Amino acid sequence: MDAVPANQGRIAAEFARLAQHGKKALVTFITAGDPGIDFTVPAMHSLVAGGANLLELGIPFSDPEAEGPAIQAANERALANGMTLAKVLDMVVEFRASNSTTPVVLMGYLNSVLAMTNFAQRAKDAGVDGLIMVNLPQEEAADLRHTLSAVGMDLVSLIAPTTADPRAQEIVTTASGFLYYVSLKGTTGSGALAVDEVAERMSFLQTLTDVPICVGFGIKDAKSAAAVSAHADGVVVGSALVQLMADSADPNIAAERLHSAAADIRHGLDG
Amino acid sequence: MAEPILDANAAQTYAQPTDSGYFGQFGGRFVAETLTHALDSLAALYAEMKDDPEFKKELHEDLAHFVGRPTPLYLAERLTASLGGAAVYLKREDLNHTGAHKVCNTIGQALLAKRMGKPRVIAETGAGQHGVATATVAARLGLACDVYMGEEDVHRQSLNVYRMKLMGANVIPVTSGSKTLKDAMNEAMRDWVTNVDDTHYIIGTVAGPHPYPMLVRDFASIIGQEARAQMLQQVGKLPDVVVACVGGGSNAMGIFHPFINDAEVDLVGVEAGGHGVSTGAHAAPLNDGKVGVLHGNRSYLMSDDDGQVMETHSVSAGLDYPGVGPEHSYLKDIGRATYAAATDDEAMEAFRMLNRQEGILPALETSHALAWVVENAPKMSADKTILVNLSGRGDKDILTVADIDGITL
Ligand SMILES: Cc1ncc(COP(=O)(O)O)c(C=O)c1O
Repeated sequence: MDAVPANQGRIAAEFARLAQHGKKALVTFITAGDPGIDFTVPAMHSLVAGGANLLELGIPFSDPEAEGPAIQAANERALANGMTLAKVLDMVVEFRASNSTTPVVLMGYLNSVLAMTNFAQRAKDAGVDGLIMVNLPQEEAADLRHTLSAVGMDLVSLIAPTTADPRAQEIVTTASGFLYYVSLKGTTGSGALAVDEVAERMSFLQTLTDVPICVGFGIKDAKSAAAVSAHADGVVVGSALVQLMADSADPNIAAERLHSAAADIRHGLDG
Repeated sequence: MAEPILDANAAQTYAQPTDSGYFGQFGGRFVAETLTHALDSLAALYAEMKDDPEFKKELHEDLAHFVGRPTPLYLAERLTASLGGAAVYLKREDLNHTGAHKVCNTIGQALLAKRMGKPRVIAETGAGQHGVATATVAARLGLACDVYMGEEDVHRQSLNVYRMKLMGANVIPVTSGSKTLKDAMNEAMRDWVTNVDDTHYIIGTVAGPHPYPMLVRDFASIIGQEARAQMLQQVGKLPDVVVACVGGGSNAMGIFHPFINDAEVDLVGVEAGGHGVSTGAHAAPLNDGKVGVLHGNRSYLMSDDDGQVMETHSVSAGLDYPGVGPEHSYLKDIGRATYAAATDDEAMEAFRMLNRQEGILPALETSHALAWVVENAPKMSADKTILVNLSGRGDKDILTVADIDGITL
């Protein structure tokens, strides 16, 4: 498998900037169109204002088989609101109207992307920088990686606690954008984060590659973010933010709460 | 008879899948990274056990003495006479211990779990037959067992729910999505990703990520191996048509596989036509689906223009699934098998016929295969033979049927 050249877009620029300042990346996840269509774009802006460096936007899917209860419910709400992948792209276009620098990565399941003709070009044109496919392990990923790479988008690879050393070595050879280390065996939003194990695994992974590695799953506040970020280039926070939005009555309240949650975690990371 | 357990038939021209689990463009392994290690280990263990004399002996003994194999091949004389065409032979999988073909697979997989030293098994179930078959082998081997079942199916298959509980299994109702089989499978995947170290996931059909479609097929192939030998012995020739219902497709793959190299034998799968394929309210992805990815494999799938998996409908819980095993998609595309559909009403009519004319109570799933026979046997001449996989018995469906008849038991 030939190595894919790193794309010199917003993702690379943001991690380079963070490295220069000795800072860690705050990566946030929310589901597009949840809990209402008009929540998403204001939420993206307020996450950035609160200190998020990279935005992950979940593509709503009928069968989110790796998600815990919070994000499952978010998917169901978003679909009930009539969300489609085309509408997710529209939201990115709207976001880009006033933000041209913060990288946006879509996250979801392969069937959504397969169903859209010419997905890569359309996503690129909308202002998407990368894609995380939950159910696309290394051995199945080559085709999509090349399609994305051709338009200058990154396919972000995942590494799990169960990924054996030789397999991790193989995965990093094609890594682009950043690597996503799944901190625990479980679904999104599980509680069982073990910082020692993450630290041990991260110190091995960091010997393999210069590609930035962000840790996700089980990070929900400033404290857990700070603990994990000591061993990583960044952290991903998802279920906690999704839950916060679900509990907000309108887009303004949600945006305010996300702003302070992001600022709080940012503070923990910069600590 | 029933000698070869895990081998395909003698002429090895059909050799699927590839090492990475592909049947043509179908199959593969589309799962979260966390699970790839467990799938690799399972594939490696299976590759070793497949030809291991000890493993084969253990499996064989359980199939003979615990399950009661070989199951009979039975000429349905009165049904044949009333249809007035081809002779109808039933492969009596309803006579397996626990009442369906599913147990051949669960025994095989539970023995693999034991070899892996995993003390716990989980399963998804629709009709409850696979759940019962899993609970049964878990009790027999002393394994902890959790079964995920859509809430809707928990109601329509309440007898099987209670059977599972009697055998010590924990039945977990699934309330997400459409509350049926596909959602039970999502939930089982979530459990597995969380407990992958000590848990083996016994998938109940020829779907899921590689190596499941292959290993479930191989364990189910005992059905076709026996039936092929029985046809030659009792009838003196191979059948003209082999027919089976298709949910995920395990009973169909089990009976088809040993006949794939017999080019003169037609293979017919029958999907759930629900209210009719043209109504959209059905579970017939091979008749009315497009290629997609769900539950770890690429196959025909009922999904909409946005890639969302659609809700399905069938009177039979075991066929109420939007996907289908990848090998069936392959057999369809290469033209080796054809796939028809039977509606709820057609299946019900065939269900009643078999009860009245043969004294056999078939499962509603199985009744879809019988509906094809009712329609097509009369069009064939009397010297032709049809081999039907009578995949399971219908005791579990009594309440559903009574309900359709407007009777409260
Ligand atoms: C008796 C019977 N036949 C058929 C099926 C459908 O499954 P498959 O297509 O995997 O054989 C089931 C599933 O529950 C069943 O119980």
